[in-house]
Amino acid sequence: MIELHDLTKRYGKTLAVDRLSFTVPPGVVTGFLGPNGAGKSTTMRMILDLDRPTGGRVTIDGRRYGQLSEPLKKIGALLEAKAVHPGRTARDHLLWLAQSNRIPERRVDEVLGLVGLTPVARKRARGFSLGMGQRLGIASALLGDPEIVMFDEPVNGLDPEGILWIRNLMKRLAGEGRTVFVSSHLMSEMAVTADHLVVIGKGRLLADLPMSEFIRRNSRSAVRLRSPQPERLLDVLAGAGLRHEPGPDGSCEVVDGDLAALGELAASHGVVLHELSPQQASLEEAFMQMTADSVEYHAGDGPGRGAPGTSGAPGAPGAPGGGWGAGWKADGNRPPAAVRQEEN
Amino acid sequence: MASFPAILRSEWTKIRSVRSTVWTLALAFVVTVGIGALLSLLTNNNFTEFRRHDQSPFDATGTAFSGIMLGELAIIVFGVLAIGNEYSSGMIRATLAAVPQRGTLLAGKTVVLGALALAVSLVTAFVTFFVGQALLGSHSTSLSEPNVLRAVLGAALYLTMICLFSAGVTAMLHNQTLALGVLVPFFFLLSPILSAVPKVKTLAHYFPDYAGSRMLLVYEQNGQPYGPWAGFTICLAWTVAALVGGALVLKSRDA
Repeated sequence: MIELHDLTKRYGKTLAVDRLSFTVPPGVVTGFLGPNGAGKSTTMRMILDLDRPTGGRVTIDGRRYGQLSEPLKKIGALLEAKAVHPGRTARDHLLWLAQSNRIPERRVDEVLGLVGLTPVARKRARGFSLGMGQRLGIASALLGDPEIVMFDEPVNGLDPEGILWIRNLMKRLAGEGRTVFVSSHLMSEMAVTADHLVVIGKGRLLADLPMSEFIRRNSRSAVRLRSPQPERLLDVLAGAGLRHEPGPDGSCEVVDGDLAALGELAASHGVVLHELSPQQASLEEAFMQMTADSVEYHAGDGPGRGAPGTSGAPGAPGAPGGGWGAGWKADGNRPPAAVRQEEN
Repeated sequence: MASFPAILRSEWTKIRSVRSTVWTLALAFVVTVGIGALLSLLTNNNFTEFRRHDQSPFDATGTAFSGIMLGELAIIVFGVLAIGNEYSSGMIRATLAAVPQRGTLLAGKTVVLGALALAVSLVTAFVTFFVGQALLGSHSTSLSEPNVLRAVLGAALYLTMICLFSAGVTAMLHNQTLALGVLVPFFFLLSPILSAVPKVKTLAHYFPDYAGSRMLLVYEQNGQPYGPWAGFTICLAWTVAALVGGALVLKSRDA
């Protein structure tokens, strides 16, 4: 279990990680999601004690990384794909890593086989493709047979076959009861691999909840109606007591509306419809909405944002009341309280 | 805490598994022995001509070690690359993730680097000496003459300390290109030039290379500021300071 408490990292005037607190639950795949520059890599480097926090702390099963005597046996990490000397062979790279943590030499050949690098084990890393470099990085993460594995953007630059391989690997590792913590800037990637989700934007925690919960909250559906008689349409909807929001091109959208019932309603009132279509928000949109908000708050955009669909936005804290802008304002300069739901 | 023998084994694997180790050390050996041999041969063949205006006693050991300045360049490069390639390749993160005890790690690196440099330097020094003496013919000296054995061992210690000093400076600068850009001009331009300038040379006499090279002297020279053992101590102090500085930077800095 990885626990972060108010973890903060400041580079000069930039706050890269801002009082981040969350727990990576054991035995599942936790997706660590955020746009580029959100502070994911910095956070991961602080977990490994490579970067020293400006404030707060992070522990692995209750101990600081620096207190682990043979850390590769506890937590294996893939940071950058090519943290390898180009002139050293794949096998020698794994060998020095193994020796430093007293891992038996046969394990080196085992992990080489596991990631499919046995044929190039004695080739110098200089000639490795991005995918091979990534596999070598994963081999070094798995070397100590650790309970926790941490991958920073593992699918970056990989071909579809490599992406599928990594996905399956992560599921298998979690299936073996290991804790998997994987960062990505792609929601679609997380949707298929992660059980739990931690979202950050600009170094701040935006959401920490099970994937299923995220999907439930964000699979918002609506029915879009467009009519040449928009005023009449709105009157009819209001008369039927249906909540609606303005849509694009003068259309309007009824959240969680029933397609057939709305069509019949319009017909019974003689309203002409040019469009009657179901709308489904994708998880990607939900994620972008969530992180775009964090960016906007940094720009100092106060309450009163009227963008459709945001007041009840996925994971928007303080939704009851004036949307999360208001919550933020009321709280002075503090970041919006993050959405949080414990795994049970 | 990480096991120190494990760190040593790991660092040994690192150092033996890159080609630059073999190249730089082989170059240090070949250049030191080769240039020394060449100058010994030339001196022997033109002895009277070379020595016409020279009043001081002929230093056969020093002649054999004429190539040490260039051999030193190769061993500086070795020391810089052994530390610096971790930074240039980004491997330092893998290293520190495996061994988060940074001081212990640098100590392990220093032991492995120093042991290898010392072994190669000892072989280089003795081969250089014997080849040189063989080529000096009747003008040669032997290890049993006063101060000669000390000078030969001093040459090996000198090369080892310069190597470790360079390694420490690289750890401080955490960049191998920058380290080479600082060390090479320092040893090959700044230090020789300053030690020839009046007044400033008093300062230059306390630089690591001048101090360390005092260990190679067989005969007392006029105007020599201190003896071989003081030179050794000064050079050692520089080496320790560079390594401690490197450890402090490594410990405090984000990798």
